[in-house]
Amino acid sequence: MSTSISVTDLTFSYPGGLKALDGVNLQIGAGERVAMFGPNGAGKTTLVLHLNGIHMPPPGRVVVGGTPLDDTSVMDIRRRVGMVFQDPDDQLFMPTVRQDVAFGPANFGVSGDELDQRVLDALGAVEMVHAIDRAPHHLSLGERRRVAVATVLASKPEILVLDEPSSNLDPASRRELATILKGLDVTMLMVTHDLPYALELCERAVIIDAGKLVADGGTRELLGDPDMMAVHRLELPYGFDLKAV
Amino acid sequence: MSGGHAHALHIHGHSVVHRLPGHLKVAALFLFVVAVVATPARAVWAFGLYASVLGLVAGLAGVPVRFIARRMLVEVPFLAFALLLPLVGEGPFLEFGGVRLSEAGVLAAWTILAKGSCGVVGSILLAATTEIPNILAGLNRLRAPKAIVAIAGFMVRYLEVISGEMARMRVAMAARGYEPKAFWQVKALATSAGALFIRSYERGERVYMAMVARGYAGSMPTFGDVLTSTADVVRALALPGLAVITAAVALVVSG
Repeated sequence: MSTSISVTDLTFSYPGGLKALDGVNLQIGAGERVAMFGPNGAGKTTLVLHLNGIHMPPPGRVVVGGTPLDDTSVMDIRRRVGMVFQDPDDQLFMPTVRQDVAFGPANFGVSGDELDQRVLDALGAVEMVHAIDRAPHHLSLGERRRVAVATVLASKPEILVLDEPSSNLDPASRRELATILKGLDVTMLMVTHDLPYALELCERAVIIDAGKLVADGGTRELLGDPDMMAVHRLELPYGFDLKAV
Repeated sequence: MSGGHAHALHIHGHSVVHRLPGHLKVAALFLFVVAVVATPARAVWAFGLYASVLGLVAGLAGVPVRFIARRMLVEVPFLAFALLLPLVGEGPFLEFGGVRLSEAGVLAAWTILAKGSCGVVGSILLAATTEIPNILAGLNRLRAPKAIVAIAGFMVRYLEVISGEMARMRVAMAARGYEPKAFWQVKALATSAGALFIRSYERGERVYMAMVARGYAGSMPTFGDVLTSTADVVRALALPGLAVITAAVALVVSG
């Protein structure tokens, strides 16, 4: 299995001195689906913002599909690493769904019929073609989150990074999104507090705490380790039985 | 989040006016307004003509008179000011029903009433027959400054998000017993306006991050050319064309 994302000894401090990442190492293989757990403020979002150069890592610390992330490769890597942010109202900023989905590929130089086809394909993948000419703020949260995924898929990324994909969704929207995500043929890194969701979608999980990567293993094994879970403020929902799924 | 497909000023329809491309309608309105403004105020007949043509467009588009009348309320403050002019203006004066009116004031009031109303009704018709994305796309196609069009687009997109946030903050305040009755209680309201500003500012940062993540490098992409037929251009020019001719005739006549 070839390596899709490689993070080596990544350290990052915010202006003001807060150390958000402290020597993080993480390798993700092509086609893997990995969940990232950790308490609030652990550095999860800071880490994923390094994966497509929103925060620019020092040269050589982040490598995507063999290409080191730096000033010259950043646009190419932004196309290959699709980021789905937590609040779809941040992600969907254009007047119509069509223009929003076209925004990414248009920036990466796609135009004309191919752009139209990309938009249709991406919306088809999340079953939202019917909303193509609607305004994002007229959609439900579940629909907006699906369109947010489409805005990224339209650029044909190799890697999909999702920040809290299931947060605030009603149970049916949550399940529908899971079905869609399972059907996508991409490497996936999912930041989440929704542990059953991670168990359903990701075979592997990592835990970040206080800027360090403190655990890396099978999702089922991590969730089945009560001591490890307790130390990092992770808890399965009431009544959830790991052995039953 | 509210449902519905369009903004409050829009009336869904498939009339010939609805179907015209956005940029032609925006350009037509602009030309029409220029012609109206250029028309001498004393040419009352010309304004009668403008009104009937606007009425015709409204009829074609299926925009009810009642809807236009309600939207015209936006003019009221200006009209109130206009009505004062005949009373405070300088001579020569006219006697009307025992009231002494300034002749210049009457003319100024009429100018505001007639020209303002034509512009307002024209804008109402544009908004009623054109969805916002089409107006924005039209402005883009007319080479309006991209930054301005983008800002207008963001404003439209986030108006509901931010007013939703404001509504939630007001509910949260009311839920904790805040019912401003006296002026000094307004402080909490001012504080919440500040909080809203900070929240909106932070949202701006997050939106920018989402744009950068999808390859934004300083200029907004423009999308798809709408096919413009000669017939569309002729239809769109009908209203402003007539207005330009009328304005020219009125200018010559009142020479």
